[in-house]
Amino acid sequence: MIWKLFFNFFKIGLFTFGGGYAMIAVVKETVVDKFGWLTEDEFMEVIAIAESTPGPIAINMATFVGYKKAGVPGSALATLGVVTPSLVIIYLISLFLEPFMANKYVSYAFVGIRCAVAFLILKAGFNLLSKAGKKPLPMITFGVLFVALLVFEWFAVSVSAIVWILAGGAIGIYAYALRGAKEREGKK
Amino acid sequence: MIFLELFLSFFKVGLFCFGGGYGMLPLMEETVVAKGWLTAEQFYDFVGVCESTPGPIAVNMATYVGAVTGGPLGSIVATLGTVLPAFIIILIIASILKNFTENKYFKGFLKGVKPVVSALILSTGAVLLANAFGFFFKPAFTPDLRSMVIFALLLGVYFGVKKLWKKKLSSIWLILLSAGMGIAVCSVAELL
Repeated sequence: MIWKLFFNFFKIGLFTFGGGYAMIAVVKETVVDKFGWLTEDEFMEVIAIAESTPGPIAINMATFVGYKKAGVPGSALATLGVVTPSLVIIYLISLFLEPFMANKYVSYAFVGIRCAVAFLILKAGFNLLSKAGKKPLPMITFGVLFVALLVFEWFAVSVSAIVWILAGGAIGIYAYALRGAKEREGKK
Repeated sequence: MIFLELFLSFFKVGLFCFGGGYGMLPLMEETVVAKGWLTAEQFYDFVGVCESTPGPIAVNMATYVGAVTGGPLGSIVATLGTVLPAFIIILIIASILKNFTENKYFKGFLKGVKPVVSALILSTGAVLLANAFGFFFKPAFTPDLRSMVIFALLLGVYFGVKKLWKKKLSSIWLILLSAGMGIAVCSVAELL
């Protein structure tokens, strides 16, 4: 079983392009449709957990499915399986990249690729923003921070992203958990 | 010691990576640039490479930074660091804290984090685009017309395909397309 987990997650790591979200469909195909390791409902639960915990989605899913099927060794091998193809491929690329980058046409290609990377990152940002909710609080948090980040960038002031993430989390706990509870008590 | 430094740095990145692979880029860039392992430009160029290779983008980036700074062992250590927080947290949730994601404080935390990560990602994207266009960080204002043409073409193709065939171009196609456009547009620009 654990080798089957390793092998199938290895395949998932090898054949999915475009990061975590593209992977969800492929993992579902393998885990739900092909082997029946999880039911449809269980799989939805796994996605919810993967999206709400830190870490790459693919890793979260591999760990969870591996654990469900074969305990800790299963989770270790499933995770190792997804990671190994990247590790090997990227390592090989790293050996050849620098001389390759010196080529004139490669540098031209990267002028284009930089535009595509900016586009993809902006697209991912808008995607996440649309999930953050249209209510005033997330919109204000987003707006203020977005402007502040650009101003900081312009003046080359750097504040760690961790600070912002923790601050956002604190605002969220206050606004949605603490204040929400008080209001409910007040109504009683 | 470089291996320990790699491991700890990437462990921290993995621990604070909310919102999927792109959510991790701002923090990883910040860490990698602060340590002097890569410049911001090298970092985002490699994001482009990762978009056209298989695997989770966070793992690919960690492997690359590790390989450049510490060879094969470096790449393994950096990847382990990125993956381990997720691995441990999921194990805990799957085994002990089954209803953790239903916890209202945790839900509140996540709700608060989402707009923050959106702002981090979008500002990163905006700065990258401004850099590509030559608006930022250069000694003088030198607009790069080539990049503007390529970006406009990319937008046109992406939204054209979406409208006409109701299909979204996957990131690998966008990268390959943009590479082709880069070669074409820059070669033409050179002749002019």
